[in-house]
Amino acid sequence: MSALLSIRDLAVAFRAEPTPFEALHGLSLDVKRGRTLALVGESGSGKSVTAQAILRILPPSAAITRGQILFRDGSTEIDIARLPAEGAAMRAIRGQRIAMIFQEPMTCLSPLHTIGDQIGEALRIHTGADQRESDARTQEALARVGFPDPKRALRTYPFELSGGLRQRAMIAMALILKPALLVADEPTTALDVTTQAQILALLARLQEETGMAILLITHDLGVVANVAHDVAVLYRGRLVESGPREAVMRAPGHAYLRALLHAVPRFDMAPGERLTPIRPAKAEIPPVQVRAPLAGPILQVEGVSKTFTLRSGRIFQKPRLVHAVSDVSLSLAAGQTLGLVGESGSGKTTVSKMIMRALAPDSGRILFDDGSGPRDVHALGGDALFAYRRTVQFVFQDPYASLDPRMTVRQILCEPMEIHGVPAAERKERCRALMAMVGLEASGLGRYPHAFSGGQRQRIGIARALAVEPRLLVLDEPVSALDVSVQAQILNLLKDLQAALGLSYLIVSHNLAVIDYMADTISVMCRGRIVEEAPRAALFRRPVHPYTRALLAAVPDPSLDHPLDFAAVAADRNDPTRWEAPYRLEPDEAGAMRTIEAGHRVRFGGATEAVAA
Amino acid sequence: MIAVILRRILTMAATLLVISALVFVIIKLPPGDYLTNQIMELRATGDASSVAKAELLIRQYGLDRPVWQQYLMWIGLMPGAAGFSGLLQGDWGWSFEYDKPVADVVGDALWLTLLINLTAVVFVHLVAIPAAIYSATHRNTFGDAVVTLLGYVGLAVPGFLLALILLFYANRWFGLSIGGLYDSALTNQPWTWEKIRSLLGHLIVPTLVIGLGGTAAMIRRMRANLLDELAKPYTVTARAKGLPPLKALLKYPFRMSLNPFVADIGNLLPHLVSGSVLVSLVLSLPTVGPLLLEALRSQDQFMAGFILMFVAALTLVGMLISDLTLVWLDPRIRMGLR
Repeated sequence: MSALLSIRDLAVAFRAEPTPFEALHGLSLDVKRGRTLALVGESGSGKSVTAQAILRILPPSAAITRGQILFRDGSTEIDIARLPAEGAAMRAIRGQRIAMIFQEPMTCLSPLHTIGDQIGEALRIHTGADQRESDARTQEALARVGFPDPKRALRTYPFELSGGLRQRAMIAMALILKPALLVADEPTTALDVTTQAQILALLARLQEETGMAILLITHDLGVVANVAHDVAVLYRGRLVESGPREAVMRAPGHAYLRALLHAVPRFDMAPGERLTPIRPAKAEIPPVQVRAPLAGPILQVEGVSKTFTLRSGRIFQKPRLVHAVSDVSLSLAAGQTLGLVGESGSGKTTVSKMIMRALAPDSGRILFDDGSGPRDVHALGGDALFAYRRTVQFVFQDPYASLDPRMTVRQILCEPMEIHGVPAAERKERCRALMAMVGLEASGLGRYPHAFSGGQRQRIGIARALAVEPRLLVLDEPVSALDVSVQAQILNLLKDLQAALGLSYLIVSHNLAVIDYMADTISVMCRGRIVEEAPRAALFRRPVHPYTRALLAAVPDPSLDHPLDFAAVAADRNDPTRWEAPYRLEPDEAGAMRTIEAGHRVRFGGATEAVAA
Repeated sequence: MIAVILRRILTMAATLLVISALVFVIIKLPPGDYLTNQIMELRATGDASSVAKAELLIRQYGLDRPVWQQYLMWIGLMPGAAGFSGLLQGDWGWSFEYDKPVADVVGDALWLTLLINLTAVVFVHLVAIPAAIYSATHRNTFGDAVVTLLGYVGLAVPGFLLALILLFYANRWFGLSIGGLYDSALTNQPWTWEKIRSLLGHLIVPTLVIGLGGTAAMIRRMRANLLDELAKPYTVTARAKGLPPLKALLKYPFRMSLNPFVADIGNLLPHLVSGSVLVSLVLSLPTVGPLLLEALRSQDQFMAGFILMFVAALTLVGMLISDLTLVWLDPRIRMGLR
């Protein structure tokens, strides 16, 4: 049987000065019926352009310059590349026979229209269905993608839904007309690991039910290993490798794919093994500085809680309370890394904000030891607070939004030093040293952030944090916004700088593989509470708490020998009332942390205490 | 929802009270008032009967009392010579300059002002929205360049100058006298078909002149807003669903780009009254703008006070309308209220 979609010698070029830029140079590949083809590559490799070309929704500055896109639907064969992009024939294919889902489920849905309206729209324009029929079919589609209350969901707006449900809504929208081909552009990149696993399981199930083909665009080899039937690897607009998953993943022929496999953190890495970045960066790591050892931990969080009040619109209604953080305790030894793991909404960012003194805790203490003994951070004032601000610095998740586009790199690096009174002559010298430290040329100091790539910007962010010689860095998802090919560079850089400068790190992330690579001790947070804490090795050797186990089970592994257990991740693991027996918590029940081995503590429910006694 | 509106109306009332105090203080800041100035003038000429009449007015409006009492009487919280009679009771005061109640002086002018400026606003939107949509969807084409150029010309030409030019050429080429809002022969006639026709004919030039600057500005802003929205992923989603281009444009990015304009209604309404003073003077339109200018110059305090209060009230009403419209248009704001 011939392939559903055959791309032959496809070239796409962008209008650019001085010469047009060719994003795809003669790409050929086949998407077979009922199978999933994973298109793998880093950003800029041309994978999204391929998807846009198939649907003919390329940006206005891009055009197909040669080649064919043959779509064999039923008995007809259409060359999509020849159709006028906005013509009726192309519009009939778009959304009906070929549908697409995107990376960012928030920005891809209009916030002004209900999801019922947006999902049913494709049905109404392609089949002329009336509102009632469209509502009924939409409800069906929502039920199929696993919406808990499809009837109510018709009238909800995207911003009322979690990221996972939004992506489910996108999938319902794409699949309502049962297309022959689904193009999924990084459908799970913006989601938590557990949600990602659920969405991947959903796509696999829907494929089985409808027999559609999926073109899955991703940079995550773990996803590829778990859901793809065939793999095609793109590098700089060319296909460098393709074939069935087994053949490609077991014996990667091309150097690029082999490099990619070694550039992402994995669970089966040998102790002390370093990631190998695809393009090594040459950072000048300063000589090791020896710091006087501290008597206790550098940072100690003791029983911290924070409640937010949601204002209610009605006059006689009580404001709602949200317990963002409940009785959290952490301890970070000097020169070590503490990993804080949890899904979005688990309260990990609130904890890091309280450590930064951007938020005040309702109760509990945060103690910081700068060498003169532990002091309560929230009792500091005046000069002591000013000094504290200098010793604790922050590295942000989004390297695009965290650098002021109107400041040069020099101004960005100098600003914290000016605030903390570093003399001008010293600042100049230090700027150059900082750039070398993070592996950037000093000539970049006079340029603006837009001249740098995402990875380079994150280096600038790190350099800015290091400018005032802090002792503690809070890293909030430091690589989750970065391309896979530069994640390894950044993680290695952070490790090297820690060793040389004696820094302590608090790293906040939902990516367990990153935490595994970076952290010495790990705390797992769920619904504002720590549920398990342990040294790195112990946690990964023997995860005890059901929530930790669910998180671990949901991380897709690039090796074919550890497939995801989709059945295990389907259940809702972040609901404490549904954890199994010894760990189950009643609503509003705190439970208690108990030590099960040296340094390994787990939260148990109170009900078990009664049973045991 | 109703609670929200009630709360807003209460705040509005409080705000108006504060504004009224400010307005009164500012009007009273220059030394003297219309009547004392006049009395001094009359004394110099020795017209005793007029002086007596002026002094009567002074007593009647309590201008011999302390300022705070005058204020309370003006807004109607304190009895004056004729009992409680102030803004709260609907008595807008006496215009000393015209020697008539303020309501009579301002009456027609107020509605004509609103009419002219509303026409201008409608004109602005009718022209600017399609032009902006064309300009944004045909970005960097010849048509876009033409719209942009015309927009800049419209922004750069001062309204009163354009009014003078049109006044001159309309008269020279078409023999039209476009000053005023209807033929001078019809000024004190009742409203007949003929008068309405004349009014419509006379509206064209003021609408164009007053609206031009606004049109140009709105095209520029709308185009920029739309370009932002067109680059958003949900626009791509709409296309990927197979929506025809125009429908996809109007339903998603266009609707998103409306928010800042709705938020602007609050600024638009007071502008309707006080924004076109220069043009009104040049075209001798019987609007409120010139009246306000004159009242402030001659310290005709009740007249000036009333017009200023009217503009303030319009601002607050405009804010309320724009907020309610936003609530209706944008579910994110609607849910935020819950």
